[in-house]
Amino acid sequence: MTLPLFFFYIFSAICIASALMVIASRNPVHSVLFLILAFVNAAGIFMLAGAEFLALILIVVYVGAVAVLFLFVVMMLDVDFAELGKGMLQYMPIAIVVGIIFGLELLMVAGSWFITPEVAGGSVLPIDAGVENTRALGQVIYTRYVYLFEAAGIVLLVAMIGAIVLTLRHKPGVRRQDIATQVGRRPKDAVEVVKVESGKGI
Amino acid sequence: MTPAIGLGHFLTVAAILFTLGVFGIFLNRKNVIIILMSIELILLAVNINFVAFSAHLGDLAGQVFALMILTVAAAEAAIGLAILVVFFRNRGTIAVDDINMMKG
Repeated sequence: MTLPLFFFYIFSAICIASALMVIASRNPVHSVLFLILAFVNAAGIFMLAGAEFLALILIVVYVGAVAVLFLFVVMMLDVDFAELGKGMLQYMPIAIVVGIIFGLELLMVAGSWFITPEVAGGSVLPIDAGVENTRALGQVIYTRYVYLFEAAGIVLLVAMIGAIVLTLRHKPGVRRQDIATQVGRRPKDAVEVVKVESGKGI
Repeated sequence: MTPAIGLGHFLTVAAILFTLGVFGIFLNRKNVIIILMSIELILLAVNINFVAFSAHLGDLAGQVFALMILTVAAAEAAIGLAILVVFFRNRGTIAVDDINMMKG
């Protein structure tokens, strides 16, 4: 067994085991942490496949952003998760049937793939072994796939605005800073000069 | 690019991950957060397939596609969780069985 194959087996075993724990765990916080573990190991698999940039992006985006978002939401929602987990066994038979059928179909495909020689020969963007992965990706996404790249940016922008619009709410009775009122305040509205006679007070 | 690991290995891992994702959706019918995480697992399996074929065929376009899938997955997670938070504020629960306001 070669060293890359050895590491591939380690990464994929941990990845699959933690993916199993994501769906089987009772506590959603544990699920999120196992999801992080699964993504880190998937990044290792990507690295072994030669996609270094995607591997590191997977760690940055998923472990750094998405998983923390999940963790934040799980901890923010005050839900009785023990109550939610009760009906789990009710759906177990149909889940097992669907899972086994689906898994067998996919494994049969994975075990008997065949690529016609024309497809293997006519790649769109041949990988140049002399150029490192990040540089090669950067050379195409800003030139050849620039519209795709900008569409991805627009998708993220819309998602960001959508998430803010959905979750922002103005509670009544909370005093907020109003910039227009603050800037438009005149001295005569705020300060009053009073002539005080001596010995009298106001 | 890496002849040490065959394409079949990657495809098997991706198939198992995909199945686990589908399995999770059926198993946790009540908890929307777990369903969202299962969708993330499914998208991860798809990404592994893209990267494996990209490496096997020596074609960089697969990795560009995987990058786009990553973007869409992140956007989907953000919007999904935002909808979940709004729903929880309105109803006080996130059980899937209770999501029937629209009587669809």
